[in-house]
Amino acid sequence: MSKTILAVDDSGSLRQMLSFSLKAAGYGVIEAVDGEDGLNKAKQQKVDLVLTDQNMPGMDGLSLIKALRAMKNYQNVPILMLTTESGDDMKALGKAAGASGWLVKPFDPARLTEVIKKLIG
Amino acid sequence: MTIDMSQFYQVFFDEADELLAEMEKLLLALDVSAPDSEDLNAIFRAAHSIKGGAATFAFNDITEVTHMLESLLDRIRKGEMALTPEHVDAFLVSKDVLTMQMDGHHHGSSVDQDAVDNVCQRLKALSQGIVADAPAAAAAPAMPPEPVQSAAAPVADADGNFSFRIELPEVPQRDVDALAAELGLLGTISQEILDDKRVVFTLATPETQDNIVAICSFVLDPDDLRITHAGASQTAAQGDSGYGIFEPEKVDAASQPAAATVESPKPGQPATAASAPAAEAKNLGRRATDKEGSNQESSSIRVGVEKVDQLINLVGELVITQAMIEQRIGALDPLHHERLLNSASQLARNTRDLQEAVMSIRMMPMDYVFSRFPRMVRDLAGKLGKKVEFVTRGAATELDKGLIERIVDPLTHLVRNSVDHGIEMPEKRRASGKNESGKLTLSAAHQGGNIVIEVSDDGGGLSRDRILAKAKQQGLPVSDTMPDLDVWQLIFAPGFSTAEVVTDVSGRGVGMDVVKRNITAMGGTVEIRSVPGAGTTIAISLPLTLAILDGMSVKVGEEVYILPLGYVIESLQPVAIDVKEIAGEGKVVKVREEYLPLIPLYQIFAIEPNFTDPSQGIIVILESDGKKAALLVDSLVGQQQVVVKNLESNFRKVAGISGATILGDGGVSLILDVSALLRSSHQLYADPIYS
Repeated sequence: MSKTILAVDDSGSLRQMLSFSLKAAGYGVIEAVDGEDGLNKAKQQKVDLVLTDQNMPGMDGLSLIKALRAMKNYQNVPILMLTTESGDDMKALGKAAGASGWLVKPFDPARLTEVIKKLIG
Repeated sequence: MTIDMSQFYQVFFDEADELLAEMEKLLLALDVSAPDSEDLNAIFRAAHSIKGGAATFAFNDITEVTHMLESLLDRIRKGEMALTPEHVDAFLVSKDVLTMQMDGHHHGSSVDQDAVDNVCQRLKALSQGIVADAPAAAAAPAMPPEPVQSAAAPVADADGNFSFRIELPEVPQRDVDALAAELGLLGTISQEILDDKRVVFTLATPETQDNIVAICSFVLDPDDLRITHAGASQTAAQGDSGYGIFEPEKVDAASQPAAATVESPKPGQPATAASAPAAEAKNLGRRATDKEGSNQESSSIRVGVEKVDQLINLVGELVITQAMIEQRIGALDPLHHERLLNSASQLARNTRDLQEAVMSIRMMPMDYVFSRFPRMVRDLAGKLGKKVEFVTRGAATELDKGLIERIVDPLTHLVRNSVDHGIEMPEKRRASGKNESGKLTLSAAHQGGNIVIEVSDDGGGLSRDRILAKAKQQGLPVSDTMPDLDVWQLIFAPGFSTAEVVTDVSGRGVGMDVVKRNITAMGGTVEIRSVPGAGTTIAISLPLTLAILDGMSVKVGEEVYILPLGYVIESLQPVAIDVKEIAGEGKVVKVREEYLPLIPLYQIFAIEPNFTDPSQGIIVILESDGKKAALLVDSLVGQQQVVVKNLESNFRKVAGISGATILGDGGVSLILDVSALLRSSHQLYADPIYS
């Protein structure tokens, strides 16, 4: 069975691109428009990996990561943080929140699938 | 894996358009002295999202502008810099530039590079705390520039250095060396080699990205360069390829100092949040659970208009089919077919509901139109040196998409007129005891099956004397005793303008007639109310939709025609004595002491009628553009809603006919173009319109 990825980003074009690239690479994709939406969808269905933007209206990426990590079945699910800020501060915050890794926006679809392959094969 | 990115462009453009519009709206509503932090955040997010998308799709020019915008906004929202009117002006100009750039990518329209450079300069100057000598700065009382400390942007380190990560394309080693030497002059440089043998420089410099690009372009094509801000310079030396995976076991204290202080991961428990954040997260989790009831599904979907129109068309057909069924079963015995009749009435109700629901898809809030005006009024008022307070009401009122797009131009014209001619200069307003700042109100409201849109100002009002004088000068038929309402309507005459000075804003005398014509073409009417010294209100009344029409069916001979109900005043059977023949000009009929031209419908379409004598048939009194006439028909059939089918696209344009519809019995009926009928009524006999 193909692995499912939850892609959380408030930008529709980015979601579409994430979705397209990931599906092309053979993953199932669930989209969410912000942290809260992402959290709800993660509760409805256990996913194999979460990709989340940081800067979103309502619940941001860091809060989502923290909330997911607080859930029993998301303790070990890889969570990748999409960020436009490549500074260490954000990475440190992401790590503290429980992110498994980060990916700088803008990214190349090939790079995206490369890092995801590393995490969930 | 290669992916054609261009397939995502459309979504990005749509999204960016929305974000830019949202940004402008928020900017205009912003209280400069005490901005709402939520609004600032939202504006920042808009810039941020556009930047993200633009960077992803490699629209580098847009990325560059949004980046500056974003970093400036970031500092303002974090309270490192106070918001000034100059900021708002610069942001608005940036929005325009971005729209232009977006159009450039989207439609291939030309991009004014000077304007782009200009706005970049302005944003840069502002981020350094310098108040740019922008044109608007003259009017507004400039706030003192921010203290110099804020000039150190968050991305710069203590020495004012920015850190750039410069990814080179594959170039010969000597070029790399040459570049390294050149760039080294700007600051501290280090280099590393990526897996694919390409070279990445990390440069800490006070210079701007532009300068770096300029230097590199001596050696290579700047388009092949990838330059990114790498945060404060001391963090620079990470050889990353755009992503990373945290590996707690191998934390390198030197390269990730911050991480070590925030979290102390236990071996064997990788990537799990430390207990404190976890507790916090539980709270968050609970809060989110509380809200779970309100489903966060995305609230809208994008659908092409043609799909919606097809749906509307199909529903229209369904309505007709339903009407046919209803007519057929009308002849059945209710006792024997009770169940069938019940089902049929159920079908009627469901069809009607379906029709309403489908029509509502095409409905759009007036906000779509209104939202473009605050900016226009602001710019216009600034240009003219006037003070205008702009208020909109009823922006949520819905109107058919087809109509809403066509109302934009007439409304733009009216709003512009109000600012230019309606509202007086501040001195004049003060002298006449009014508030210096004029008030311009744009409102929309439903009234029955119509929407009424009003443009209202509290300016000087229309000048009866000047309009009359001008009308006489142009040879229009006027008299000094005309009622006000008729006088105001004169400004809709072609080529009519009373403005003493033709400004570049308005007053060229084209326009009001076009406004009137456009609105009439949409089946609407325009009315003017004006009181000298107190202001002018122009009220536009439009039908809610063009696709369905309330009609009155009339019969002449064997033909059934539909009259749009909006034009029908009354119908009656005249007594023979009230019908008079005027030599060479046809007949008139006296209705309540008023003589109206009589238009025999059978004559217009050359039909054999049942009655040629008005006192045996029925006359329907019609009114359009303030003109009345009596239409002679054989009989009235009834009043019904009809689905308008375009005749032009299915057949060809026919004078006197505005469309067609399919009746319940399957027959086709033509919808009369009442305005055209009335226009031609005075010359009917000399020049029949069916020729």
